[in-house]
Amino acid sequence: MRRHLTKYLRIAAAAAIAAFHFIPIYILLMVSFKKGSDFSSRWCPPSYLYLDNYIEVLKDGDLIKAFGNTVLITVCAAFLVLFLGAICAYPIARIRSRLSSLITNIVLAVMMIPSLSVIVPLYTNMLGLGAVNTYWGIILILATYNLPMSVFLFSNFIRNIPDELDEAAAIDGCRDFRIFFSVIMPQLQPVIASVLILTGIKIWNDYKYALYFLQDNDMETITLFISKFFSDFSVELNEAAAAAFLAILPVCLLFLFLQKYFITGLSEGSIK
Amino acid sequence: MKRSRSLYMMSIPAVALITVFVFIPLVSGIRISLTDWNGFSQSWSYVGFKNYLNLFTDSRIVHAIKNTFYVGLGDTMLQNIFGLAYALLLNHSFRGRSVIRAIIYLPVMVSSLIMGYIWFFIVQYDNGALNDIIMLFGHDPVDWLGSGTRAVNFIMVITSMQFVGQAMVIYLAGLQGIPKEMYEAPMIDGAGTMQTFFRITLPMLRASILTNVILKLIGGLQMYDLVVALTNGGPGFSSHTISTMINYLYFDAQNAGYSAALGVFLFIIIMVSTITVNKIIGRDDK
Repeated sequence: MRRHLTKYLRIAAAAAIAAFHFIPIYILLMVSFKKGSDFSSRWCPPSYLYLDNYIEVLKDGDLIKAFGNTVLITVCAAFLVLFLGAICAYPIARIRSRLSSLITNIVLAVMMIPSLSVIVPLYTNMLGLGAVNTYWGIILILATYNLPMSVFLFSNFIRNIPDELDEAAAIDGCRDFRIFFSVIMPQLQPVIASVLILTGIKIWNDYKYALYFLQDNDMETITLFISKFFSDFSVELNEAAAAAFLAILPVCLLFLFLQKYFITGLSEGSIK
Repeated sequence: MKRSRSLYMMSIPAVALITVFVFIPLVSGIRISLTDWNGFSQSWSYVGFKNYLNLFTDSRIVHAIKNTFYVGLGDTMLQNIFGLAYALLLNHSFRGRSVIRAIIYLPVMVSSLIMGYIWFFIVQYDNGALNDIIMLFGHDPVDWLGSGTRAVNFIMVITSMQFVGQAMVIYLAGLQGIPKEMYEAPMIDGAGTMQTFFRITLPMLRASILTNVILKLIGGLQMYDLVVALTNGGPGFSSHTISTMINYLYFDAQNAGYSAALGVFLFIIIMVSTITVNKIIGRDDK
């Protein structure tokens, strides 16, 4: 009897906590489905079906364009993070030397450098390179600042792949680079998922770098689009809510479908 | 297996990117911080450590530094306490557990800038969701972001509420890594729940605690997006953090040298905090 009681109390507590954390998204949904003239409490669902806020923000195509830009930037930067991170990690995981630990330390030090602390010189240098308002500029920046996590996870993972696999390939006459591509790469699938998840979300949600390096309206990302929407006082708040909901929908859906990978990715990435 | 040094060629692209986009800017940032450069003109001169000395007499910046530490330390504490509590609760198996874990984790996916805008609907003066509750109890509505102190508290709570799921998942993984046998001996000794928690669970979670404290501290001390979304530093300069001040000094005040000095200062704070936490909680590398 007592044991049943604690069990139900536990479920009730957990459900209450989950409901509490869902409040912001719930309120956002409520606002996004109401008319601008509806001043009823935001806790109450509307008594009518109203989709105009969504239609209105999708109509002029700017949101779609921002989505397109964000997808392009995220895919390219995430690919660089994965590929360059994996090939950088291979030698430092396989060779024990001062050079390996030097590279590891250089890469890990980057994790401690706050993005805004170098923004003045970074912006100046990027202007000099002609990289402001270019896709390649923002892609390289986002890739670079997410590389440390990638190198860290890949090198930990590769260390646990038996060296005998490399040896067997070497006997078959494979050279270093071939060994990596034909023997190591296929083994990396689980850690690729972790790296993609941890860095991909950061790249998708980036605001700081986009604010500085993408000032051209045609290149704006979702976060920039939403921030403009909310700082424009002539905008109807209910439409802004619809835009914000559309902006967070892709990552939320991705999470719900790939939940398992997210959670294992995060726990594996953090414990090591 | 013996390797040739040419293997290091594979590390070159990553190291090159980091050099160009992180280390060179860091070095030129230090140089800029010693000048009175305004960010665009051709002429500037070295002013020594004047910018750094000014940081500590400028009341706007001193206030921003206080806010930064307040948010950073506060959210580290909140997220670790609640993250661990949630993990302990969800470490028991019951129906619906994975759904609840997913809902608590979901906000981690959302951009914190957008999360800030979402909270606007809650803390807004007119028709805001929080004031609805206040008025239900017969109180007058409150202008929640009208005072800097209150705004900073909100920023701390909002960021904790958003990211506590991440701490929870890391603690859950840590809890699952504690071997069951560890609990058997104390059970026989008749140790209470509290005693078992402090004597076994907590020490065994050292690695998770270290990860979570460092992650949250580094994140909190860089607080930027939420401030931009909710107050933009206002009212006045009362809710600025170091990061938003760097942005303000560079773009609005056009004082690149001063801004760069604050940037170097932020880097030092984060580096010292990380090293200190590492020393205190200690590494447990086998």
